[in-house]
Amino acid sequence: MKTSIAIPKKPRRLLAGKETTYLAVMVIAFVILLLVPQMTSGYLLTLLTEILRYIILAVAWVMFSGPTGYMSLATAAFYGIGIYVAAVFSGSVSFPMLIILAGFVGFVIALGVGALTLRLRGVYFAIFTFGLVLLVQSVIQEVERLVTHTRGRFVVTESTLTGYYAMFGVAALTLVVAILIRRSRYGLALQSIGEYEEAAAHSGINVVWTKVLIFALSAVFMAMAGAIIATRRTYIDPGIAFDLNQSFLPVVMAMFGGMGSLLGPVIGAGLFTEIQEQLQTRFSNYFLLIIGLVLILAILFMPNGIVGLVQKAWRKIRGGRRAPA
Amino acid sequence: MHLLEGQSVSRSFGGLAAVADVSFHVDQGEIVGLIGPNGAGKTTLFNLISASLKPSSGKISFKGRDITHLPAYKICRLGIARTFQTVKTFPNAPVVRNVMVGSLFGKGPRTGAAEALRRAEEALEFVDLLHLKDVPAGDLTLANQKRLEVARALATQPELLLLDELMAGLTATEIAEAMADIQQLRARGITIIMIEHVMQAIMKISDRIVVLDHGRKIAEGTPAEVAQSAKVIEVYLGDEANGDA
Repeated sequence: MKTSIAIPKKPRRLLAGKETTYLAVMVIAFVILLLVPQMTSGYLLTLLTEILRYIILAVAWVMFSGPTGYMSLATAAFYGIGIYVAAVFSGSVSFPMLIILAGFVGFVIALGVGALTLRLRGVYFAIFTFGLVLLVQSVIQEVERLVTHTRGRFVVTESTLTGYYAMFGVAALTLVVAILIRRSRYGLALQSIGEYEEAAAHSGINVVWTKVLIFALSAVFMAMAGAIIATRRTYIDPGIAFDLNQSFLPVVMAMFGGMGSLLGPVIGAGLFTEIQEQLQTRFSNYFLLIIGLVLILAILFMPNGIVGLVQKAWRKIRGGRRAPA
Repeated sequence: MHLLEGQSVSRSFGGLAAVADVSFHVDQGEIVGLIGPNGAGKTTLFNLISASLKPSSGKISFKGRDITHLPAYKICRLGIARTFQTVKTFPNAPVVRNVMVGSLFGKGPRTGAAEALRRAEEALEFVDLLHLKDVPAGDLTLANQKRLEVARALATQPELLLLDELMAGLTATEIAEAMADIQQLRARGITIIMIEHVMQAIMKISDRIVVLDHGRKIAEGTPAEVAQSAKVIEVYLGDEANGDA
């Protein structure tokens, strides 16, 4: 049997994949996004803020759950914590400090939760993280009721433009951190954990610490997004802050776009938010029905998301193939 | 001082004693063969040494240091690497990245990507897989996946290497190659414990053989001594009729 292969080899960056190209695309996209407020205001800016928010949540989710395969449904918990931190400290610290504070609180809580739960695997981990959202919500609700005697809190609002730039800044930060992680030793460690956790441990990877650290890091960005959104509302209570949809939508968006690269969740978040908006305004009665149909079709025909579909088409055009070994 | 020493190591699953009161030692530069019928506790012993499992009782020390309660990644970073009976590669990652996990996270000071890549390619060269370095590990043949596991283990720069049925399922030629590789590893100063069912191979290559049966150590000695031990013959051949060697 012949074991030689004929894949033409370009000299590769040491730890990198195709991320350099993505980086270029993203830089261009970000320059455009930076200039958008010069040209428009109102609805488009609000829509873009919404898209950026979902980009943060989807990319942060993929940061941990993508390579490791641990299905976290805790996004809404950390996002909600961010909202609530902003509600509590609104007015007493500056807006940037509010965002940083929310990120810090999200990190610390995720560190604790991660240390306790990341020994669970598969569906058990998913269920626990799902329950976490309700748990945090109930705890805050009870603390507010019994200790501070408040039902909800008023928030000092920021302008649409400030909100947009803040969301834009955090989205950029999230992407940069996600790219850096993927290219670092942690990226390789996370992927190894996802592919064979036991073998990873026996190859010298501190699997527990790696998982907990990246889980907590991803929570930073979720909480930051929450803090920014809080300043776009005037009133926050635990019921508003902790919305389970915020756990599911980023997962759906990441799958829709494709989880093989970071471009996937970005495209998924962008398209899905826009599709959702369009459907909601045009077919408000059938909105959920159509979304469900779109999802089923997407999962059936694009198992690797939009990015996967494009890559497949590209490979067909170029006629490349995977060589046997 | 022995390189690796186990004192009365035991591990039971429920009521079953998979490894019972086994004491053993391995010295620097040795090749030690671990044999015994199926279910004798050989792989469990490997799991105990490499901290896949915690012993129910007993103590394991490496270079005089008690390692009984260390986690797996620390055992690896101290210089004990292993392969698995059923291969455990990272199937979607290219071969070279599989091995780089070992060189990035294994023993020794933290290395940069360039040094890690160099060491990974060196390990791949040794097991003769360098030409397949960009292929996803899951696409390799079983024999090559076993080689890959050896390369990944080597990339961690071990002093002690645990090989779990490296030769099972290999052809005669591949077995001969594997034996040559193992001897070359020893020449590099790596100590080896190997579990093997291919008798002519393990008898030829080992300095010392440890025989387990039903979780207990029933014999230990040079291959010649073990081959003549009445107990070992009984375990392997049974009483006349029911033997299946």
